Amino acid sequence: MNYVIIIIGAIFVNNIVLSKFLGVCPFMGVSNKVSTSVGMTGAVTFVMVLATIVTWLLQRYVLDPFDIGFMQTVTFILVIAALVQMVEIILKKISPPLYQALGVFLPLITTNCAVLGVALLTVQNEFNLIEGVVFSIANAIGFGLALIIFAGIREQLDLVVVPKGMRGIPIALVVAGLLAMAFMGFTGIV
Amino acid sequence: MAKKESNFLNMVFTLFIVTALAATALGFVYELTKEPIAAAKLKAKLEAVSLVVPEFDNNPSDEMYTIPSDLGDLECYPARMGDELIGTAISTITKMGFSGKIIVMVGLSPDGTIIQSAALDHLETPGLGTKMTQPKFKDQYIDKNPGKENIKVTKDGGIIDAITASTITSRAYSDAIQRAYDAYMKGGQK
Amino acid sequence: MNQWKNFSKGFFKENAVFVLLLGLCPTLGVTSSAINGLGMGLATAFVLVMSNLVISLIKNLIPDKVRIPVFIVVIASFVTIVQLTMEAFVPSLYDALGLFIPLIVVNCIILGRAEAFASKNNLVSSLIDGLGMGLGFAMALTMLGAIREILGNGSIFDIRFVPEDASTMLLFILSPGAFIVLGYLIAFINRLNKSKS
Repeated sequence: MNYVIIIIGAIFVNNIVLSKFLGVCPFMGVSNKVSTSVGMTGAVTFVMVLATIVTWLLQRYVLDPFDIGFMQTVTFILVIAALVQMVEIILKKISPPLYQALGVFLPLITTNCAVLGVALLTVQNEFNLIEGVVFSIANAIGFGLALIIFAGIREQLDLVVVPKGMRGIPIALVVAGLLAMAFMGFTGIV
Repeated sequence: MAKKESNFLNMVFTLFIVTALAATALGFVYELTKEPIAAAKLKAKLEAVSLVVPEFDNNPSDEMYTIPSDLGDLECYPARMGDELIGTAISTITKMGFSGKIIVMVGLSPDGTIIQSAALDHLETPGLGTKMTQPKFKDQYIDKNPGKENIKVTKDGGIIDAITASTITSRAYSDAIQRAYDAYMKGGQK
Repeated sequence: MNQWKNFSKGFFKENAVFVLLLGLCPTLGVTSSAINGLGMGLATAFVLVMSNLVISLIKNLIPDKVRIPVFIVVIASFVTIVQLTMEAFVPSLYDALGLFIPLIVVNCIILGRAEAFASKNNLVSSLIDGLGMGLGFAMALTMLGAIREILGNGSIFDIRFVPEDASTMLLFILSPGAFIVLGYLIAFINRLNKSKS
């Protein structure tokens, strides 16, 4: 039951992009096409789950026992940066097709606040490791859902006439606002 | 000065030095800010306590004890004037809020009558649910004794007028206070 | 380079939020009131100035391949300093900004400026660049926060100018309002920048 609440909460109620405003940069940046959005989602899911596991272990077995919580930000971001590099190298070696698909998105992920944000939230909410993994997967799905819906809308948006000043980013932001409003309909269900 | 070469030894060495320096600097800042942070936290706690009980001359934070409830232990801060117990501030919780948990600080006199209450931490909708912090709503609870009066909202047969358009939040607020009262009367007085 | 131009570019011509569209997460996440926007903006500006300063000082000591990790460590250290200081001296603002304080570290503006400017320019230019970009960012966040607070809460910097019972346009302090206001604000600034040039 607990897991169901975590999953629904992270995907719909507190959607990471539309309600928590994490990962907005790639949300605006790569959401022009549905296909690129799918690739980005894949890469983010991969790194987010790995990062949550590693940072959770570090927090539990290194930062807490030695009482050096003030190193949290430094450690977490280094771990994420290193992970991204490693994933890139490993993917290149073992699965060239997957690397082809995700490769271009990987460097962008280090500065994706969704990854660090989820790692920090997992610690803040005092989840155990399994809850943390479930939470990170659910957030990745939430990220993907928002991204893919938004990309779909933007593809349609290319076909309509938008007032000159609003073209591009401004109209995209307003659309995101409307999407956020739709997601607000989920408030209160958990 | 010329750029350093990127050989393996150089890279490891530089990274190590930079991280060590960063850790030292942060450790230093941490030591410096440790006391002010503790003081700020204590001040915030005492402020919350003094919101809900009459003037006191002891340090309620030193005498803090916990009482069990169905949602975990609640923290109690006894406030004394001279040696007489004039009220106990109880940090209580409800999970019935529109957006999850609400933490309420409620002051009870030794016989369980509500002195005052204040919402400390919540995620309720700004402008709707957040009206629970306004006197118009929360002052309804003053001088009521949950043992003699039904402090539910009128819709549930109680005496509290719910906030317009925020019945769920109002219900949750009553629930939190009731929880504190029940736990306190079950032998939580000290 | 003309230092005045270097400083002022951060406000309109190359404003991080309105023109470069960097750092959108904190921009949208904390601007439900003008004071939160200002606090976040100044915290970010401080980190930006300090990391620009340090990076332009040590840029020649760092092998090229570990450049980025070193930058990240420097930035993360300053973020932690800001975090601890805010927790100690402005706890209410610390609570209001919450998760977004440690997230300053992944604000693309800071790493972007470190990589694009501070690692190539001298100390004074880097300082001025950081100051201009940082204050420009703070200005953008304060503007957005002020607009949302006025429309959504009928107040500015916590001073309420409509009657206590009056209903305001709540939507603007909720999450959709952040996107919508920023969209119109960017359209407006684009128009300003265009008519100038």
